[in-house]
Amino acid sequence: MRGSANSDRLAPPLALTLSPRRGEEVVNGFAMSPPVLRLSGITKRFGPLVANDAISFDLARGEVIALLGENGAGKTTLMNILFGHYVADAGAVEAFGKLLPPGDPRAALDAGIGMVHQHFTLADNMTVLENIALGTQGLWNWKLDRLGARERIEKMSFEFGLAVDPAAPVGSLSVGERQRVEILKALYRDARVLILDEPTAVLTPAETDALFATLKLLVGQGLSIIFISHKLNEVMAVSDRVLVLRSGRLAGERVTADTNRGELAVLMVGQEVAPPPVPPSEPGPLQLVLNAVSTEKRGSAVSLDRISLSLRGGEITGLAGVSGNGQAALAALIAGIEAPTSGEIIVRGSAARDWSPRSALSAGVARIPEDRHAVGTIGDMSVTENVIAERYLTPRFSRGGFLDWKASRAFAQQIIADYDVKCPSPEARIRLLSGGNMQKLILGRALDPDPSVILANQPTRGLDVGAVGYVHRKLLEARARGAAILLISEDLEEILVLSDRIIVVSKGHLSASSARGERTVAQLGELMAGHGMEAA
Amino acid sequence: MRLEPKPAPSLAITLLYPIAAIILTLLITSLLVLAAGASPFSVFYLVWRGAAGSQFALLETLTRATPLIFTGLAVAIAFRAKLWNIGAEAQLYIGGVVTVVLGTGLLPLPSFLLIPIIMIAAMAAGALLLLGPAVLKTHFGVDEVVTTLLLNFIVLLFVSMLLEGPLKDPMGLGWPQSSKVIAEAQLPRIIQGKRLHYGFVMAIVSAIIVWVVMKKTVLGYEMRAVGHNPQAAAFAGIPVNRVLMKTALLSGGLAALAGFCEVSGLKGNLTLDLSPGYGYSGIVVAMLAMLNPIGVVASAIFVAGIFVGADAMSRSAGVPSYIADVMVATSLLTMVVAILFTRFRLRWK
Repeated sequence: MRGSANSDRLAPPLALTLSPRRGEEVVNGFAMSPPVLRLSGITKRFGPLVANDAISFDLARGEVIALLGENGAGKTTLMNILFGHYVADAGAVEAFGKLLPPGDPRAALDAGIGMVHQHFTLADNMTVLENIALGTQGLWNWKLDRLGARERIEKMSFEFGLAVDPAAPVGSLSVGERQRVEILKALYRDARVLILDEPTAVLTPAETDALFATLKLLVGQGLSIIFISHKLNEVMAVSDRVLVLRSGRLAGERVTADTNRGELAVLMVGQEVAPPPVPPSEPGPLQLVLNAVSTEKRGSAVSLDRISLSLRGGEITGLAGVSGNGQAALAALIAGIEAPTSGEIIVRGSAARDWSPRSALSAGVARIPEDRHAVGTIGDMSVTENVIAERYLTPRFSRGGFLDWKASRAFAQQIIADYDVKCPSPEARIRLLSGGNMQKLILGRALDPDPSVILANQPTRGLDVGAVGYVHRKLLEARARGAAILLISEDLEEILVLSDRIIVVSKGHLSASSARGERTVAQLGELMAGHGMEAA
Repeated sequence: MRLEPKPAPSLAITLLYPIAAIILTLLITSLLVLAAGASPFSVFYLVWRGAAGSQFALLETLTRATPLIFTGLAVAIAFRAKLWNIGAEAQLYIGGVVTVVLGTGLLPLPSFLLIPIIMIAAMAAGALLLLGPAVLKTHFGVDEVVTTLLLNFIVLLFVSMLLEGPLKDPMGLGWPQSSKVIAEAQLPRIIQGKRLHYGFVMAIVSAIIVWVVMKKTVLGYEMRAVGHNPQAAAFAGIPVNRVLMKTALLSGGLAALAGFCEVSGLKGNLTLDLSPGYGYSGIVVAMLAMLNPIGVVASAIFVAGIFVGADAMSRSAGVPSYIADVMVATSLLTMVVAILFTRFRLRWK
């Protein structure tokens, strides 16, 4: 008795899963395509910011739409509305001809919409099978029908080239494998529309190719896909149609076959943006040297194994690499958050002892952290309290254990003026500021003491075009003043434009450095995939 | 229905939140009063009269507020740094133990030396008692809610052992109580013949000092930064573990002063009923004050008033004085909700 109805629900034959569903008419064995998804007039505001402005489009059966736009253009917001995480201020979403109730992810799931988030939503301590089946059974079914679920998962992974062991704990999987689990999870719930949010950001080029092959197979089975990206070559490779978003608006719509990268780039950015002029610079003296440094191994995160790196004044050294290959460990090391387990850190010729955030700061290392909300700022404290955080013990801001609020406030006002920060007052809580203004404050805090070394970790992630240009200009100014800059970025474009030297990081190892223009993008891609890494 | 973040409210609006929480508490508890067969209006009036209706009542309320100010400050300072000190009760008792150990004739000194020495020793003992859980938290990740809470029971049993053994009053007819502290170790009364003692003045001064520390000093800044975002604080170079330990020392020391004042200013000796849960009520006091040290004084007087007033009320209205516990507990719950609304607003959808 128990489980019979249940296993039917769990393991329908695959053919049934992929057969046409409600709202699709079958004519001559061929699915005529009314749109599987229709967005009309979606508008969403966050305070004064219009994240989505009257966006409408249709998605046909078996079609791949690429949603192209810069960071902050409103792509993720739009998908979150579609999936019911946000409620739109205006507009409607229809799936298979039926209106989706706003703000209800359950309804989106039931309508056959599956989403693979940029940051995976998997439980590390559970197996692949458990993760996939999680939430598909009623609350009162106390036993998981493992056999049925397993059969179905294996069938799907074979069919779509999503190789993964259902019994493996998710914690032991690579990033690429985890993404496959996320896709399987969506398919297991009979998804007919798959939304992929920046799926390639965490993949090596080879894994990316495998993903694209899988997507082709899925489309062949009649699924529709929305592919979110800001990488032009991928969009060209994978999509049928491209929708370009720019600062919340639909800036253009092109059939992929009839367009080219140049046109899309112009649509995306608004106009041909000239990269900032990078004047030639004379390399100065060595400012920071890492000599055979290793860091502690923690869990599954990549640690550094006897790496060496030298940063010269007046130079920007770009660190390219696929995310999660040791950038975090290197950034934590230089920022002083992590002390080396072996090897030495040499600042201007003398080896540093007791490496900590404070000693890094007093050695003249300025730090721009990757996550400005969680690490760079204390959201519930004021702008003033945030800008003095790295220097509150200096005589300028405190004497005899008492803070000098007058001097602190004056400093905050100076940063606000010098770095063109838009904020109501130095007393405003910093979490009320926009990302760009927050980053300008962090930049001001870091650059004001005229540092000799600058660690810029993803300094422009999530910023609008104007703010990106501003950050780049400030970094180039610091370079002209003779600072040694380490630029860590997942945006290869940014690295190519700004860096005097490029180093590739892969699995915790660094490649030898190459001067500007010395290696081709293809060569860098090979290194990023871990091929031909030589000792640095 | 959903919660949305909102900007910080102004000071005037902020003051309305505890008041709203108290009004809601009165509404909820009046249901219980009705169930007990009495009229809420007359009961609340009797509570008010019992707490503030006469000079005697008012002085009694302030006397009862004294230990609550200390434990409230101890909790407020710790919670500001997100160090969840639930062990003010244990720290209070340790302060009491040190007071009777040093104050019953061991140190034959004049008042102006003896009282400061006992005070400092009591604070040190309370501080060390909280330092243990703090080190366990910073170095081994042990949850301080569990360790400080359980320490309350351990310390109470320890005090019980002392009162049955080494500290037992030989003249006490076998009761588990210590000897009385000598006259030089007693805090003088503010008004001759009344129970209110100089511990109350010390409590007010402590509140002002804590306010200055939190607002004006480097340590207060560090404590707030660590409490709001330890990761960002560490990144900026604030020594998070050291700050937490300093916080623990301050918090434990303040709670121990409550025990010192109760023994030296009021009771004269140490018994197992030195505190009717002042350590736990300190959490309510701190929350009602939204962790503001000056607010702690006001909310301690309010909570003490409820306890004192409820005693008087139950004698004449026949409603059990347990209603005071219910009121204080309910006010904690309503205040926690009110604090949520200082940061978020409700959106009906």
